[in-house]
Amino acid sequence: MAKTITQEFTKGLWKEIPPFRLVLGLCPVLGVTTTMENGFGMGLATTFVLVCSNVLVSMLRNIIPSKVRIACFIVVIATFVCLVELLMQAYAYQLFITLGVFIPLIVVNCIVLGRAEAFASKNKVIPSLADGLGIGIGFTLSLSALGAVREILGTGHVSIPFGPLVTLLDTSWYPAFEFMVKAPGAFVGLGLMLCLMNLVPQK
Amino acid sequence: MEYLTLIISCILVNNILLAKFLGNCPFLGTSKKMETAVGMGMAVIFVMVVAGVITWLIWHKVLVPLDLGYLRTIAFILIIASLVQFVEMFLKKSIPTLYAGLGIFLPLITTNCAVLGATVFNVDDDLSFLMATVASFAYAVGFGLALVLFAGLRERIMLARVPKPLQDTSIGLITAGVMALAFAGFSGMV
Repeated sequence: MAKTITQEFTKGLWKEIPPFRLVLGLCPVLGVTTTMENGFGMGLATTFVLVCSNVLVSMLRNIIPSKVRIACFIVVIATFVCLVELLMQAYAYQLFITLGVFIPLIVVNCIVLGRAEAFASKNKVIPSLADGLGIGIGFTLSLSALGAVREILGTGHVSIPFGPLVTLLDTSWYPAFEFMVKAPGAFVGLGLMLCLMNLVPQK
Repeated sequence: MEYLTLIISCILVNNILLAKFLGNCPFLGTSKKMETAVGMGMAVIFVMVVAGVITWLIWHKVLVPLDLGYLRTIAFILIIASLVQFVEMFLKKSIPTLYAGLGIFLPLITTNCAVLGATVFNVDDDLSFLMATVASFAYAVGFGLALVLFAGLRERIMLARVPKPLQDTSIGLITAGVMALAFAGFSGMV
């Protein structure tokens, strides 16, 4: 039985939310989540690539020969990543500099290629669009959440995307856990969040 | 001396896995057994050095003179993908023993962001040809070192009684965090 469009969309938000349920594409998750704003920006860039590549792969699914499909998917994805790179250089230069190497690396984000291979190459355009959007928004939410946790623990304040810098913890009477915004904190933070997700029973 | 600093910096201080966060999918995926970790490490060293050399040549001899810098991402990923395919066919034909050893890990390397990341770093840091080759090799050795050490730890964790929600990937990530903390100790060296 074919699933409805809404189901395709909402599964990315909880049931298959990356990177917790779908443990893929960990590099940007670990690399850019030093603040909530960075995580959110990275999530948006990935969502854009994911939606566009899903739609195009789905449109081309009957033309692409199955033997060279991975190479074709990579070309499609790389094209959109180039587009994002140029757009961000024009309109969000500061974020582009902060995210650095992780923008070109969206090409090799396993989530994008994974959705193209597992979903878009087998389904029609509209479900693929819903799937890409759902997974993308789920990814953005996870990145923002991890970014927020790390930023609050590491610095005491949190930078809400498009909003003000909110101070939540008073770090004047104790040293902030700087560990959390450095490299080791990324691994430990993600590991603990995965553990929390595992505590929630799966249907 | 310059090269020694570069090598130490790429292997320990800027370890591509634990300090730059690249290549984490194979890091968690192939580290459950020591043999697979060693195989993956070898395959990455091989591909990364060749990719480093070729992308350097393409960047400095083709893309920069023609003013096509914005095509970098697309060009590099195509080079890496075709290189992996080519290496796979070449090994299958001429060195079957090595192919049998690396076999299943080679296709995985196309989507290993450490390879693409290292080539991008080489270009971003504007290294000379020899420096870029050495840096690619050192990044790959750093990757292999972290992977093999992590596989050793993970084999031990398998025998330990880990609380249920923490099992598998979760405890793996926390272990990696402790390793990253140890590697962060090298940061004052260079």
